[in-house]
Amino acid sequence: MAIDPAVIGTSAPSFSTGAERGRLRFFAQATGQNEAVYTDVEAAAAAGHPDLPVPPTFLFCLEMDNPDRGRFLTDLGVDVRTILHGGQEFAFHAQAYAGDTLTFRTEVKDVYVKKGGALEFIVRDTHVTRDGEPIATLTSTIVVRDPKAAK
Amino acid sequence: MTNLNTGDALTIQAPKITRTALALYAGASGDHNPVHIDTDACKAVGIPDVFAHGMLSMAYLGRLLTDWVPQARIRTFGVRFSAITPVNTTPVCAGTVTKVEDGLAHLDLTVSLPDGTVTLQGSAVVTTD
Repeated sequence: MAIDPAVIGTSAPSFSTGAERGRLRFFAQATGQNEAVYTDVEAAAAAGHPDLPVPPTFLFCLEMDNPDRGRFLTDLGVDVRTILHGGQEFAFHAQAYAGDTLTFRTEVKDVYVKKGGALEFIVRDTHVTRDGEPIATLTSTIVVRDPKAAK
Repeated sequence: MTNLNTGDALTIQAPKITRTALALYAGASGDHNPVHIDTDACKAVGIPDVFAHGMLSMAYLGRLLTDWVPQARIRTFGVRFSAITPVNTTPVCAGTVTKVEDGLAHLDLTVSLPDGTVTLQGSAVVTTD
C-alpha cells in the first residue's frame, strides 16, 4: 500500500474542545505530577495562573478527543493495527488553562517511505489556537508498517 | 529562578508502570487502545502482554521539565519513540543541558529502562529566564 503524496498539504476540519479541571487533576494523578499548581486552583492562582495550567503533553490528549480523528487513516486505507507512534514534538507559543476553548486544525506536512516501502511515515502538524491566538503546534509522526512488504 | 548551565543534569525516577498505572493513563489521556490495557486483546493479535503508552513516558519527561523550570519557559519539546516500554518496569527520565546560547538552553532528554534500553530520545529548548 502506498500513500498518495497528494495528501501533503491537506487539512482535516478543525475541531474545538476544552480542558476540564477534573480531567487535568486525573491526568496529574496518572502521570505522578504532585506539584500543586497542576491540581489546586488556589496554588495555581498564587503562582500567577488564571486557572490550572494545561501540562506540556496534555494538548496531545485533547487532540485525540476529535471524534473524526480516526477518519484520516481510514480514508487512506491504513489499518490502525499496523501503525506506531514514531515521534511527537510540541512548539509552545502561549500557556493554555483549564476552561479555555482550544481549536485544533491538523494538516499533513509530509509523507515518505523507508526500507523499500516496508515503512511509511506520515507527518502531521496540528495548530492549536485560542480565539485565534497561537497556543502550540504539535507535530506527530506515524509509522505505518506494511506487513506484506516486510516479508 | 533556576539558572541553566551547560552540563547541568536532572533525573527523575518514574513510578513502576503497573497495569493500574496504564488503566489510569488510558482514562486520563483518552487513549483507550487495547494494546495498553487488555491482555486478552493483545494475545488475540500475537502480542504477549500489554505495554505502556509512549505518551505516558513523554508525560514523565514533561514532568522532568516542569520540575526543572516553570512550564512557561518551555519553547519546544520533542521525542522519538525508539523502543516499547513493557508493563511492570520502572523507567528513568534524564535531561542534560548541552548548550546555552542567546537566552535559550538546549536539553538532551532520554527515558531508559533498568536494562539500559532507551525507549525515548528527545530534546527541548527552554528559555534561561
